[in-house]
Amino acid sequence: MSSQQSAVSGRQSAAWAVALVLLGTTVWAQGRGGIASFPAQQREPDPPELIAKGRAIYDTECRSCHGPDLRGGERGGSNLLRSAVMLNDRAGELVEPVMRSSHKDRLPPSGLTADDIKAVASHIHSILALAPGQGAPPPGPPVELKVLVGDIGAGAEYFAQKCGSCHSATGDLRGIGTRDLGPAQLQNLWIAGGRGRGVGPAAEVRSAPMSTRREATVVVTLPTGETVEGRLERIDDFLVALTQKDGTSRSFRRTGAVPKVDVRDPLEAHRNLLPVYTDKDIHDVTAYLTSLK
Amino acid sequence: MKLKPFWTVSLLSVLSVVVLTAQNPGTGTPPGLDPASIEGPLGGSWPTFAGDYTSRRFSTLKQVNTSNVKNLTLAWMTRVLTGPRGGVPPTIIGGVGTREFTGGTIKGAVLQVGGVLYPTAPDNVWAIDALDGREIWHYFWKTRGATHIGNRGVGIWRNYLFFETPDNYLVSLDARTGEERWHVEIADFDQQYFSTPAPIVVGDHIIVGTGNDLDGPGFLQSYDPETGKLQWKFYTVPMNEGDPGLETWPNLDAARYGGGHTWMPGSYDPETKLYIFGTGNPTPAYTGVARPGNNLYTCALVALNVDTGKMAWYYQMSPHDTHDWDTVQSPILLDARVNGKPRKLVSVAARNGYFFTVDRVTGEHIVTTRYGTHTNWAGGLNPTQAPWPAPAKEATIPGALVSPVEGGTTNWQPPAYSPDTGLLYTQEDNSFNMLYLTDPDPRGSMGLGGKMRVEVGSGGKFLTAIDPATGKVAWRRRYPNPGGGGIGFLATAGGLLFGSDGSGNFVAHDAKDGKPLWHTRIGTISNAPQTYMHDGRQYITIATGDMLWAFTLY
Repeated sequence: MSSQQSAVSGRQSAAWAVALVLLGTTVWAQGRGGIASFPAQQREPDPPELIAKGRAIYDTECRSCHGPDLRGGERGGSNLLRSAVMLNDRAGELVEPVMRSSHKDRLPPSGLTADDIKAVASHIHSILALAPGQGAPPPGPPVELKVLVGDIGAGAEYFAQKCGSCHSATGDLRGIGTRDLGPAQLQNLWIAGGRGRGVGPAAEVRSAPMSTRREATVVVTLPTGETVEGRLERIDDFLVALTQKDGTSRSFRRTGAVPKVDVRDPLEAHRNLLPVYTDKDIHDVTAYLTSLK
Repeated sequence: MKLKPFWTVSLLSVLSVVVLTAQNPGTGTPPGLDPASIEGPLGGSWPTFAGDYTSRRFSTLKQVNTSNVKNLTLAWMTRVLTGPRGGVPPTIIGGVGTREFTGGTIKGAVLQVGGVLYPTAPDNVWAIDALDGREIWHYFWKTRGATHIGNRGVGIWRNYLFFETPDNYLVSLDARTGEERWHVEIADFDQQYFSTPAPIVVGDHIIVGTGNDLDGPGFLQSYDPETGKLQWKFYTVPMNEGDPGLETWPNLDAARYGGGHTWMPGSYDPETKLYIFGTGNPTPAYTGVARPGNNLYTCALVALNVDTGKMAWYYQMSPHDTHDWDTVQSPILLDARVNGKPRKLVSVAARNGYFFTVDRVTGEHIVTTRYGTHTNWAGGLNPTQAPWPAPAKEATIPGALVSPVEGGTTNWQPPAYSPDTGLLYTQEDNSFNMLYLTDPDPRGSMGLGGKMRVEVGSGGKFLTAIDPATGKVAWRRRYPNPGGGGIGFLATAGGLLFGSDGSGNFVAHDAKDGKPLWHTRIGTISNAPQTYMHDGRQYITIATGDMLWAFTLY
């Protein structure tokens, strides 16, 4: 949700977009224990011995049903990371009745002592505390993700057709595949054209993570016929502002079509392709660019 | 409802004065705002989240109109200070927690009743003199924690205000003094609920929604305005064996952890006594593999009897959503002719890029159109004419290029509808993001986890006007700066459409064609415009973060 916005509706600023492109992540850090945290993240850590004892019991008695990551398992154990019982529990007091009732027949005949159950709860709480926010599970062991699935040949062909008029494998993109980006990051950057967003005030997008930053320029033609040209700084329906070659700033009121404003944005070609690409085109081009050593 | 000619602005103003001057401290127990007056039409005051129950955000005021708006000028501006700050008047401090959240901004409705404005930020409510912006009182809630993303405003019943806190309390204040009357817990903080909506007052009901990013079930509740007692609670997902909709989930456990949160206010139809609202996304949001089926009643328009909380009908706008596209956007109640016949309708421009019109009495589907120009995620329409997600456009390991982005074609930003133009106005954001599946576990992920999402460019952001009877886009106006876009709209009988352009401009458009007639650059706008009549003048208000601005004609 809010996802509101989807919560993070306020999550839509350009700065965000740029940060997201750069970092390649949308994890919304809630600041552990900070204002924006929940009880699972606010609790004081239990003594490590207690957690370790609980982990050992969990691994023997609980893991086969509830999973090594507490997210449930094939044998029908529930997901403990989102379980209302676990979220409301403080120190095993809500876990114990469950263990003594519905779990009675699944536990060893000797059963678990109240202290054992408290230790197990402590272990589970220690994992819950690692949740990064927005309901996402605590990070698990790294998973190998095969992002690179495209066809290099098809990518080369697509590149020649659609990208070749501005880019060259032996020019600006020479050796792009040797950069330490990883295929997903490289893919995001080439689609975006090295920037987080399309046309717009340069103030919003200052970094050039991939190659030389290509900025939008603008030519303003005044009613007198005079033209003023420079780097686009800001444009809306009412004003256009630019920085001229000599570094001086100019701005002009816009009233309808006066003055004539001609924005030239090298990223327009990238934006125009967004509705055109198939995902296969994208994956092929990424494979091709990755092959440029 | 088409306005009758005799229902003039001056009559409205007189009525509002009669209703509101009754709220005069020192006369025993004054009746304050009569809840029946919220039924509208919207004029002198702004007594509920969207002005009136229709969510049209259409004001009958026309002192400011297309011919004189060019002279609109600043009446006052004021800065609200969050937190337990000192000064005059002193802050009234409440709350059951120990933490002090400061720095929140005005991202919701600013109710105006009896010449007093009530802006809010998370944990903060202010009373502001509508004539000059002077602060009358300030209430601050010390929090237990939770997501402090925004607060959408207060509700008002007679002399009592109601607002929700991020740590899940419904707090009632005396509107005249800011003194707290009571607070009740409305959702479980341990289970990671957090609350942002504006409570909606309907008769003797305070309708209260809430939110949660973890996989808790969604619900809507009704409270007694006098006592704070729970009247009814409606779960948006099946909670027990035999509950309707359970057949659209793989099992009860998936349903009970299925989301469908109620984080935006709905609309109300006094004729049918139906409260009509949108529900949030199913959870886990991005990994639908563990919840095959339509996942009722998530991402749906739901109509409840306001007295009983029983569902009369539903229409699901995003069956089996896998993109976090809640359909909580304001449902607009309007009347229009469909195939020559007058119909009572409700329309939603949804976050998923599709526009829907439904019969608001029966829930019968009327129209589905795609209004997001580059919306590309759907595999088609199902038999109820709702779009279903193409698996290739869900989060995939090699990445899928999807429009709209997670934030949607629109989001919480309230749309508007003018019965004079017959057009519904919404923002339209055609940005693209690459969606990567990072948690391929067949059990699915949790909450908003399991994916990586990177915005890669925009196909343009527009002010878009839609004919609700056909769903066709009448016209679009592109914002030159794609980083921006509106934070909601206000339409008026003066022929105006107020909005913001994402470049720091507050703009009055001609409601007919969107042409800008007036603007002022005041910075990053954070809520939707509103209007009210006070002491003979029409004011238009808007917020930029912690600043509240009022414009008028002299």
